[in-house]
Amino acid sequence: MSITLHEEKCTGCTLCLNVCPFAAITMKDKKAVIDQDKCNLCGACVDACKFNGIEIQRSTSRTPHLEDYKGIWVFAEQKRGVIQPVVFELLAKGRELAGKLDTEVTAILIGHNVKEKCQELIHRGADRVIVVDHAKLEHFLDEPYTKVLVQLVRKHRPAIFLCGATVMGRSLVSRVAVKLHTGLTADCTGLDIDPDEGFLLQTRPAFGGNIMATILSKNHRPQMATVRHKVFPEAEADPSRTGEVIEETVSPNLLTSRTKLLDLVEEVSATVNIAEADIIVSGGRGMKDPENFSILEELAQVLGGSVGASRAAVDSDWIPYSHQVGQTGKTVCPKIYIACGISGQIQHLVGMQSSDIIIAINKDASAPIFDVATFGIVGDVFEVVPMLTRKFKEALRK
Amino acid sequence: MNIIVCIKQVPDTTQVKIDPETNTLIREGVESIINPFDTYAIEEAVRLKERFGGKATAVTMGPPQAEAALREAIALGCDDGILVSDRAFAGSDTLATGYTLASAIKRIADYDLIICGKQASDGDTAQVGPGIATQLDIPQITYVKKIEKVDEKTMVCERMTEEGFEIIQSSLPCLITVVKEINEPRLPSLKGKMRSKKAEITSWTVPELDIDDEAQLGLNGSPTWVSKIFTPPPRPKGEMFEGDPEEAANKLVDLLKDRLS
Repeated sequence: MSITLHEEKCTGCTLCLNVCPFAAITMKDKKAVIDQDKCNLCGACVDACKFNGIEIQRSTSRTPHLEDYKGIWVFAEQKRGVIQPVVFELLAKGRELAGKLDTEVTAILIGHNVKEKCQELIHRGADRVIVVDHAKLEHFLDEPYTKVLVQLVRKHRPAIFLCGATVMGRSLVSRVAVKLHTGLTADCTGLDIDPDEGFLLQTRPAFGGNIMATILSKNHRPQMATVRHKVFPEAEADPSRTGEVIEETVSPNLLTSRTKLLDLVEEVSATVNIAEADIIVSGGRGMKDPENFSILEELAQVLGGSVGASRAAVDSDWIPYSHQVGQTGKTVCPKIYIACGISGQIQHLVGMQSSDIIIAINKDASAPIFDVATFGIVGDVFEVVPMLTRKFKEALRK
Repeated sequence: MNIIVCIKQVPDTTQVKIDPETNTLIREGVESIINPFDTYAIEEAVRLKERFGGKATAVTMGPPQAEAALREAIALGCDDGILVSDRAFAGSDTLATGYTLASAIKRIADYDLIICGKQASDGDTAQVGPGIATQLDIPQITYVKKIEKVDEKTMVCERMTEEGFEIIQSSLPCLITVVKEINEPRLPSLKGKMRSKKAEITSWTVPELDIDDEAQLGLNGSPTWVSKIFTPPPRPKGEMFEGDPEEAANKLVDLLKDRLS
């Protein structure tokens, strides 16, 4: 495994130097030189070079019986028997991918007293549901859920395995992928099928959204990915759809766990999960005071959204950490993001800049938040926000 | 209580900008920092050590210059730093990274708890912590916002979820990943800084690790391949409005009302 620069092919054009995300390439005597210590073998330069001057050699293992792996699986995350919305997004995307591969979509449902949910998954696009129902699987725990999924994959051999990039999903399938010794791509925002080879093309942001990378697992199955919420539209329910339900039983030794759930606490202020919200009204340092967040709550309520915050607001203890958007908080992707009194530090922007529509309200016309805003209002949040609440209330009542 | 903290040196993504002319990353002057989430992991390890005694050891996998991150961890209160660095690790994805770090931790052997940050700010995968736990076959608690209790054989943590939190008990040894809410990291003390300057950083290459299968390292041991890297299209220039708030509000309502119905 190594990277080789064929000097005789190098024209000194510097294309490779410009695309290297790790600053590993420099020019010396009009030829590119790769610093092996900095190079991460990402391959960006290989693609960029028009003269086939750079080559990465690799030898890699392969999942045995790779050709036998077929079909698309969607992990049907449920909490207290409620299927999570991201599952419906994955079912819609799964159907689209299945069409390109001429294959089937299977939903994997694990829990207790959840069998009645199988039909809901079929109505939303699953051709088949594999359900494992056991009292010990009522609540999510990493170890038993991992062992059950690993056993199911080994038995049924899916080619693709999708899971929401939720707290549960990211914890769980990270373990599953290691046990299966296969590739896992985190927090994808784009999924497609390679038209020639049928690989799953998994596109995701990296470096805080500054670059996008398309990842694939050529030689390992299943091709696993967690997928960001709210990027793909939900599958509509079609009650006329029919499908197959397979009940699997698991042996008791798969249900043991070294962790135990002692309690489950739902925080009132966090009842609306910002990762799932279509509309977020966020406040920053410009809100000045915790009491002032009430005007954001009023606007959020009128719009049917939830309240987010910048790090500055959270660090001032104006609002709990669970509302924080940004690098050290949550990454959100709502349809509408309204930033109130947020200057737009890059740490905040990386957490919300993929929102469909961004509205920024700030009294400083040079605030960086306006660089990403679809619509910017230069003004006093304490005047503009209540005005918006009033106007939207009127408009939506009609 | 012996604690291992896994940290990563990352480019300060807050300084990374896109050159609008060439649509490529501008890296000049971009500093390397400790991954922000890892600073909470370090602080928690140091607090536990101060409370229960024992040792906090920082481990990182990376190029030789990642030693600076370990020195910073020592300045912040860790006792030792171990640099896991070898050309053979280049191109590691999360599976290969988890395998390599687990191999290093097996060599350290004597530990009760492993702490990682929730995720790294350059890759944002949140996969390496669980990966290490799985390779070591130990339990994990991810997204920990508070450690409630620790005794000889168990610990109890609050794990942040979308709706609130779960209280989870785990046997030890265990691996936890932590979120920002868990603590407020201290600044390095003068004494810490002095110690970090003098500290001997242990450096391990492949021969020093108990690697049972070299095919699991680096690019060869990585099932995921990067097939393309590109810069996202910049957001189109938005509309700005200055002046009467009522007029602005009316405009916005017109713009959005179809999307809200």
